[in-house]
Amino acid sequence: MQIYLPIAEVSVNAFLLLGMGGLVGVLSGMFGIGGGFLMTPLLFFIGIPPAVAVATEAAQIVASSFSGVLAHLRRKTVDIRMGTVLMIGGLVGAGIGIAIFNMLRQMGQVDLLVKLCYVIFLGIIGALMFMESLRAIRRSRSGKTAPRRRQRTWIHALPFKMKFRTSGLYISVIPPLAAGALVGILAAIMGVGGGFIMVPAMIYLLGMPTKVVVGTSLFQIIFVTAFATLLHAMTNFTVDLGLAVLLLIGGVIGAQVGARIGVAMKAEQLRILLSLLVLVVCGKLALDLMLQPAEIYSLSAGKF
Amino acid sequence: MRLLLVLLCLMTALPARAERVVAGLSQTQVAINTGFSGSEILIFGAVRREAPLPEGALHVVVTVAGPSAPVTVRRKTRRFGIWVNTEAVVIDAAPSFYAVASTVPLAQALSQDEDMRHKVSIPRAIRATGTAAQAADSENFIEALVRIRSRVGLYQVLPGEVALTEDTLFRTSIALPANLTEGDYRTRIFLTRDGAVIDAFETAIAVRKVGLERWTYMLAHERPLVYGLLSLAIAIAAGWGASAAFRLLRG
Repeated sequence: MQIYLPIAEVSVNAFLLLGMGGLVGVLSGMFGIGGGFLMTPLLFFIGIPPAVAVATEAAQIVASSFSGVLAHLRRKTVDIRMGTVLMIGGLVGAGIGIAIFNMLRQMGQVDLLVKLCYVIFLGIIGALMFMESLRAIRRSRSGKTAPRRRQRTWIHALPFKMKFRTSGLYISVIPPLAAGALVGILAAIMGVGGGFIMVPAMIYLLGMPTKVVVGTSLFQIIFVTAFATLLHAMTNFTVDLGLAVLLLIGGVIGAQVGARIGVAMKAEQLRILLSLLVLVVCGKLALDLMLQPAEIYSLSAGKF
Repeated sequence: MRLLLVLLCLMTALPARAERVVAGLSQTQVAINTGFSGSEILIFGAVRREAPLPEGALHVVVTVAGPSAPVTVRRKTRRFGIWVNTEAVVIDAAPSFYAVASTVPLAQALSQDEDMRHKVSIPRAIRATGTAAQAADSENFIEALVRIRSRVGLYQVLPGEVALTEDTLFRTSIALPANLTEGDYRTRIFLTRDGAVIDAFETAIAVRKVGLERWTYMLAHERPLVYGLLSLAIAIAAGWGASAAFRLLRG
């Protein structure tokens, strides 16, 4: 069934969109990720203009994060105070990100920017995750548990300290603000929630306990992506409601299915699979940038 | 049959001239709704003449043109191992859709001068002034525009697609693809003899978004804040709804 998308101004198959939403939903449920980094490139591949894909995906992430954070709020695994600090940084970052996005859109380089960001970040995160999970598997085979270390670093020497009771931390607000801002920029440019950067940053940089990390990350992602959605809607008119709704329906159902599959698998296996998936997406995008495209010319409306 | 009667009435109502074109369209409005997957427009008509058939071959050329808008064409080159947009040419006005159908290849039906005057062929329909200053090989950029739009059915050259019977009745059909933009689609019919235009007829097909499509588009462009907030409200409602629904399912 073909459906005409009013903002993207293209006609696509509704079942294809539902299926994509579902597939990415299953993966996001399995791995506990937002899935934005998979969905946005998929939307590029089926011919949705990149600007529309990024803006619409931001709206979809609001929905999936909201659904996720409700469960975490019930389990009280959200550090609202930390989330708020991250969010303030994130809102500033999203504003900067949108400004960069619009500037490059006028220069005709937005596709390149988005794709380069994907290749760089997915490459780094994928490789780190892959090595980390390999190490974890080897460790569990040899039967030793990893020594838990929490040393004092330069992070603890910064001023403006604040108490985060839920996380049991007393640290400066500068690192969370900076981490929030970085993820906000990425959220606006890449159309992702940024969980794949925020979660490692919270664990390794801020030293937050693992059980509050996902909930807190989701909490701040809602606000940052909501803000990015609004900014995209107001400056570029590129949020496609029809597209967002179709992806949402597939996504929320898929996420529940994926969560069931995830429970049945071992954590190390899951992480190694996820890292491979990240590397595959990264490789595909990198190849697209490096190989000569079939058509070296491209069109864009207007006089930019 | 009724069609012919209408045509005959039209013919008798018109003032005298050697040869005139009388034409009609199967539809003058195209509605883009949620299920829109393209549309086929039938363009038909007749040649009305008072005097006996003159010498020379008679041909019919039909064009349908979407609203014109500026387009930027960019070219990628390899820089530091990756393909990057490096050059751009701005084309002042290019039709968003353009189809030109004729009884014989266009070059035979229409002389160069007439093409220039009436802007019938695709390269003439594109207004590309001052592009030479933007790139050394600006014609490659214009060719690329035509090539890319032809590939998705937005630009169509249809030689021999106009059927002309007895030098009097003609008909053709133009396929409008699903990726149409809104606007008035200028439809022209030229009657040519020996490459010279002897009569022309012009009308328009109104292509409009309707219903939900129209409402969404207008809201997004005229009330972006409201639209943005609405998108967020829908997203949050969906997220909450999904969470609540699956909690119910689990008991």
